[in-house]
Order: sequence, then C-alpha cells, then structure tokens
Amino acid sequence: MIRFEHVTKHFGPRKVLDDIDFRIEKGETFVVVGLSGAGKSVTLRHMIRLLTPDSGRILVGGDCISEASGADLDRILSRFGVLFQSAALLQWLTVLDNVCLPLRQKTRLPEEKILALAREKLALVGLSHAEDLLPANISGGMRKRAGLARAIVTSPEIVLYDEPTSGLDPLGSRQIDRLIDDLRRRLSVTSVVVTHDLYSALGIGTRVALLYEGRFVACAPPEEFIRSTHPAARGFLRAQGIETMEDVRKAFQE
Amino acid sequence: MITREPEFWDAPANPFAAFGRAIVQTCRGTGRGLMLLFGALLRTPFAFSRRNRRDVLEQLYVAGFKSLAVVSVVALFTGMILALQVGLELRRYGQETNIGMLVCIAMLREMGPFMTGLVVAASVGSAIAAQMGTMTVSEEIAALDIMGISPVRYLVMPRLVALAVMMPLLTVYTDILGILGGAVVGATQLGISTTAYFDNAFRYAVNKDLYVGLFKAFLFGLIMVTVSCHQGFAATEGAVGVGRATRRSVIVSFLLILIIGYFVTRLFYQ
Repeated sequence: MIRFEHVTKHFGPRKVLDDIDFRIEKGETFVVVGLSGAGKSVTLRHMIRLLTPDSGRILVGGDCISEASGADLDRILSRFGVLFQSAALLQWLTVLDNVCLPLRQKTRLPEEKILALAREKLALVGLSHAEDLLPANISGGMRKRAGLARAIVTSPEIVLYDEPTSGLDPLGSRQIDRLIDDLRRRLSVTSVVVTHDLYSALGIGTRVALLYEGRFVACAPPEEFIRSTHPAARGFLRAQGIETMEDVRKAFQE
Repeated sequence: MITREPEFWDAPANPFAAFGRAIVQTCRGTGRGLMLLFGALLRTPFAFSRRNRRDVLEQLYVAGFKSLAVVSVVALFTGMILALQVGLELRRYGQETNIGMLVCIAMLREMGPFMTGLVVAASVGSAIAAQMGTMTVSEEIAALDIMGISPVRYLVMPRLVALAVMMPLLTVYTDILGILGGAVVGATQLGISTTAYFDNAFRYAVNKDLYVGLFKAFLFGLIMVTVSCHQGFAATEGAVGVGRATRRSVIVSFLLILIIGYFVTRLFYQ
C-alpha cells in the first residue's frame, strides 16, 4: 500500500531520515515510535507530500507521491485522511461544519446528504452531542475525535495519525486508541500512527517500528517488538515500564 | 499546495553575502506573492458559487462594516485638518474661499484612497495576516491542502473579492466625510458659508479625480490581501512567527500603498 524506497532527508546539516526502506501492507496498523525529534512526524509528512525526500521515493499503491504534481497529486492525496497533532480544526466553524467541510468543498452532494454523512461519522467517534460547539469550547480529546471524524468523512483508504494521544490523560489516550482500532475494523482502512506512547503502539499496532537516529532499528508485530534486543528498543520499553504484553493489556482494561 | 517545506540557510559568510541573500529572498517573496494574487484572481469567477458564497459575504461584512467606525473618524479629521491648515495659509492672501476646491481635490485624488488604505491595512490587513499565520503554524493550512481544499480559493479569494469591492466603497465614504469635515471647519473657523464651500469644491473637481482615486483604492485592496495572506502563509515558529508576519504585512502594505499610489498619480496626471 505504502512503500518507502531508500528515503533520505536532511534538515540543514542534520540527517533526519537515513536511507529508510519499508512497506506498509493494506489493512494493517503500522505504528512508528521513537523519541521526540527522532523523525516520526517527518516520516508521516513524506507520505502526504508535506515534505519531499532528498533521495529515494515514496509509493502509494503504485503511484509515486514524492514525484507527483497537479491532478495526480490531488488524486493520490484523496486516498488519505489525516489526523494532525493539533487536530487542525478551523476555529470559526462548529464541530459539525468542520466535519462537513471536505464534503462541501470537494463534492457536489446535496446538503442533506452531507449533514447525514457528517453526523454518522460524529456518532462513530462519540461526538453527536457536541456538533454545535466551536473547537475552542471542547476538550483536547474531543478535538482529536472531531479531527478524526473529519479525516474519515470522505471514506479514505489510508488514515494517518500524528501523535493522536499527545496532550491527553491516560484515560483519554486509551479512548482514542480504542477508537483507532475500532475504525480499522469497521472501515477496513490502512492506518499509520506516529506516537511516543508505547502502550498505544503495542495496543493498537499490527506492526511497531522504532525510529532511532534516522533508521528503523526494530520493526515487528507487538509480541516480537517487546522481545527486541536492540538497546534503543530495550531502553524505550524500560522507560515506559513495559516488560510484557500483559502490562499493555492491563493498561487497556483499566 | 500552499504548505511549504522548512528552509535551512547557512549563516552568511560576510555582509555582501547577507545582502545578496536578502535580495534573493525578496525576489522569491515577490514572486510567490504575485503567484498568490494571480491564483486568487483566476478563482474570482467562483466567488458566488455555492462553495464560496457564504465566505465572500462574510468577508464583505468584515472588511466593510467592521472598519466603518475608525474610517469615519479618520476621514472626518483628515478633511478638518486639511481645511484648517490650507485655510489658515490661504487667509493670508485673502483666498480662503478656495479651501473647498483644495479639500475636495485632495480628498478625491489622494487623501481618500490613501487614508482608507492605511486604516484598512492596519485593521483588516493585519487581522488577515494574523489569522493566516495562526492557521499556518497550527497546521490548519496543511490540513486544507491535504483535504484537497485550495486555501487560495477557500481563504484568499473571498478576502480579495471583499477588499476589491469594499475599498472603493469605503473610499467614497471617506471622501464624503472628509469634504464634510472641511465644510465644518470652513464654516466654524474660517467664516466660509457651506454654500460657498460646496460651490467652490464642485466647480473645479472633475470626474477623473474620483475615478483615479477609486482605481487606487481598488489596487490598494488587492495589495493588502496579497501581502497579508502571503506573509501569513510564510509564518513559522509559533506565536513569534505570527507576530512577525503581522508586523511585516502592515509595513509592506504601507510601503506599497505609498509607492503604487505615487506611480498611479504620475500615470494619470503627468
């Protein structure tokens, strides 16, 4: 579905991505973890052409997004839904209008159909009661859920989540995690999640990849990832107090 | 896409390199600003389409009515100051009856569009730059780009249409209030009857004075929106960057209003 071919990226003299090469299969939830500044969001931004690689290329279902432009780029981007770290809701629109926005601006659907679709997605993320509120008047977790409803309202094939649980309390984080997992099951979307929350990563990921010094030093299903012997992975697991998958399950049950 | 990759520059080796880089960056900024303007102009036929109608009407309201109070005060006092200064000088030569003509022509040709431009650039233009800057640093512009919603059509074009329409209308309003302010000063400070003032004012003013002033106002509207949106979209580094973009948008708009105003005057009155 998504393939990175020997992608390298520099920010000034600093090498952020160092010849990374991986593929994400259709229907999986691929989670990128790493320390702050490791290049997780940079990886995500390459997938939607907010950044272009210095070398290498990125393919989305056979189309090279890193070299596409114009209508081709629009067509590839239409396959994505993105939940930004800040949710990126337009502040002067209500939650409902934010979710309606892509349909109003990009389709010729009648208004009743647009409202019905938006309300359906808001119900899916549990925000039916907040449709008339402005983003400034709702909590951080609700904002993320509204952003998620907007990201999926056009029924994308791939949903990208940039730090979906950052700034949320543990309960709010687990709620978002369950939502991501639930959406993957119900909508059969391919998900790419960037986070530094290993509980989230191991709880929802079908594969977890650790980005360290611009390279993936560990990339495996959660059960294997937790047994990784790489010092960076061990340190990361230890820092978050995770020893077995049982710790992760407990966190999700709480 | 409006969203741009962050740029990294090495520190310039010497003052000449720094000067050269400043020139290159100014040229790039000008090019991007012009591309933004042409992009928005190309989309103006969609101004009253189903998608954009609401935004355009809202921006017409914001640009026109919300700056009305401050424009009124500035216009009235511009006319009054002009009448007082000119009137006191003319009185020395017994020519104070001519203040009507001088105030009217000055307002129509220069002071009307110029003062309106400054007020609107400082109020509406700075607000546009701050809004675009905040949207840029909080990734709202990137979100629009990814959703396939053109920020030029959704955000820039409605503001361009609003200021292109409202600037000439506000200028007419400024002209009227300025001339009335002059009449008040003429009657109360210089002893010139309002009949004599208006008779003198409209005897010498010609239609061209009004049209050139309105043309200037229209150009100033385009300049303000282009500069404000361009500076906003270029904002980086959070709140500091938004503040910097807002300040730059006001400064660049003021300078361009002065410079373009001069060249338009030269073009029509040489």
